[in-house]
Parts: sequence; structure tokens; C-alpha cells
Amino acid sequence: MSAYRQPVSTFWWLHQWSYLLFVLRELSSVFVAWFVVYLLLAVSAIADGPAAYQDFVAWSGGGWVLVLNVVALAFVLLHAVTWFALAPKAMVVPHVPPWVVLVGHYLAWAVLSAAVAWLVLR
Amino acid sequence: MARKRTTITMEVTRFRPGEDSEPTLQSYEVPLRKEWAVLDGLNHIKDHLDGTLSYRWSCRMGICGSCGMTVNGKPQLSCATFLVDYAPGPVRVEPLRNFPVIRDLVVDISDFMTKLPKVKPWLIHEGETPEGEFLQTPQEMDEYKKYSMCINCMLCYSACPVYALEPEFLGPAAIALGQRYNLDSRDDGDRRDVLASAEGVWACTFVGECSTACPKGVDPAGAIQRYKLTAAVAALKDFLLPRGARR
Repeated sequence: MSAYRQPVSTFWWLHQWSYLLFVLRELSSVFVAWFVVYLLLAVSAIADGPAAYQDFVAWSGGGWVLVLNVVALAFVLLHAVTWFALAPKAMVVPHVPPWVVLVGHYLAWAVLSAAVAWLVLR
Repeated sequence: MARKRTTITMEVTRFRPGEDSEPTLQSYEVPLRKEWAVLDGLNHIKDHLDGTLSYRWSCRMGICGSCGMTVNGKPQLSCATFLVDYAPGPVRVEPLRNFPVIRDLVVDISDFMTKLPKVKPWLIHEGETPEGEFLQTPQEMDEYKKYSMCINCMLCYSACPVYALEPEFLGPAAIALGQRYNLDSRDDGDRRDVLASAEGVWACTFVGECSTACPKGVDPAGAIQRYKLTAAVAALKDFLLPRGARR
């Protein structure tokens, strides 16, 4: 007499919206890695002088790089939003409601982004 | 005028060990009554239509945790899931996923029963135990109360794709129960070796379906993420602080 082992479908992640969202979030790490590579390419182009930088900008502005970056941005936003949504669950601060932790993370994100924008654009 | 439906079809998984190589579905017509849960439908089948059907149940009020099943694809307590919500039907009743099926709707949960004691789900108190009651303020109790509501119904394990793919994962309920004692003001136990292991909290990728499936509001996903932070801070302290200052 033996028990029946229930198989796990290869497409288990398509069975439920929450599973699909989870798999997309896991996939987002690939695009986060791409943004790191892209940033390093940008730094390298800047280091190589104005001509190299212009080439880099032209390369970034057209074709598959633009499409890839738009897709990557969507995935990175998904990554950030789901990561921040997790924060109040992981950080339970006594006497501080969860939404304050969540808003704190978004504020920190906004402040850091503004600081980077200021650094780049000044 | 269309006549109001008075019955609903229940498609129930049948599996006879030693006879069937894999489960099949069998359909039954049961009365559709407002106050009938899926479990009442199964009891009707067992009492009036087919006495060979096997399933677990006991309290009928969401306390015993025995009657967890997959109802139309979702892990549910069959005593708290009503037939009218699936009308006009059919409603499909299958065993909980991610567990071996012993017979029909009965699954083998011995994997969980082996894992549960590993998190030491009891009070570990250093020093003298007070005589009489071990007092605690309501605020101290609120710290862990929701994690103590677990009824071991296994819906969270059934909902967890990590457990499906990596059966060595300690799992949502066991970790939440470890946290229930970690957060108890009377407890001094150290459960890090088990909870902070690769099969413990770090195996969790935060799908969050365990908390969605939980019928008692335990929020195992929250317990796991919270312990990840605790474990990370403890590991950092181990690395940075001299032995005497850790705690």
C-alpha cells in the first residue's frame, strides 16, 4: 500500500495570479543586474571622454537598448514596490504603525533619488 | 420562470491505495442548502450516497484543523467553505496539495509532524520559574497572540510553492510557531540553529500565499520576514561584537 505523490506541474506559476506575480518579481532580479551593467557601461563611457559618451548616448537612445531599458524599468519598479510592501512585515517597530514604516521607505527612496538627480544634473 | 436549483454537483477525488495508480474524480449530486458547508456535502455523500468515501473532519467550527482540502483549486477548511458560494457548480473537492495522498481526500502530514518539534514549540525558560501563574501583561501577549492561533490545518503548506518544490523547507506554520515562542516574554529559548538555516526562513521567497490561505489570521509570511530581519541582525552582531556583548 503506497500513498500517491501529487506531481507539481511545470506551469504551476500560471495557475494563480499571485504565483505569477511572484515569479515576475523573482525574474526582476535579472533586470536589476542589467541596470548595474548599464550603469558600469555609462561610467566607462564617461571615463573614455566626450566622444565615447556621445556614442553611448546614441546607442542608448535607439532600438533594442531603449526597449530593454523600458522593460527593465518596469521590472525594477515592480521589484522596488514589492520589496517596500514587505518592509512593514519584516520591521515591526514598537508603537509605530506599519504604514509609517512603509511611507518612511518611500520617503527615503524619494530623498535618495532627488540627491542623485541633484548630483547628476547640477 | 426558471426553477431555483436545489442540488449541486460535487466532483470529489477518489484514490484507493493498492488499487488505483492515480486519483480520479467522481461526481455526486448533493442538496444545495444555504447553511451547508462543503463538509456537509461530503457528510451527505458518506451517509447517503457512498459510504466508502474517506476524509478527515472533527469539530465543524474551524478549530480542529482536520478538514483542510483543495476546493476549486484553493486550500480551504471544508467546514468554513459554503456550497452556495460555488453555485451553480460543479464544486471540485481535492486533497490538500503538496502532501502524499493516503486515500481519497486524506493526506499524510507526517512531514510536518517531524518538522514541528525541531522549532521547539514550547516555553524555554532560564532561571527560576515563578510559583503559580507565570504572569504576562496584555501588551506582552499581543506580541505573539496571532501566531498562537495556528490550528495546524496545513492550508499554508498546501498554498506554498516553495514547499512544493523544496520539500525540505521547514514551512510556514512551523516557523510561525517558532516565532510564537520567540516573541513570548516568558521565553529565553534559542531557535536560531533551526529557524535561520537554509531550510528555515531563508528558503522562503515571500510568495505570501500562506498568509492568504490561513483561516486563522496567523500571517506566517509576516512571521518569516520578521525573523529574517532578527536572524540577519543576530548574524551581524556575531560578526561585529565580542562574545560577551552579544544578545
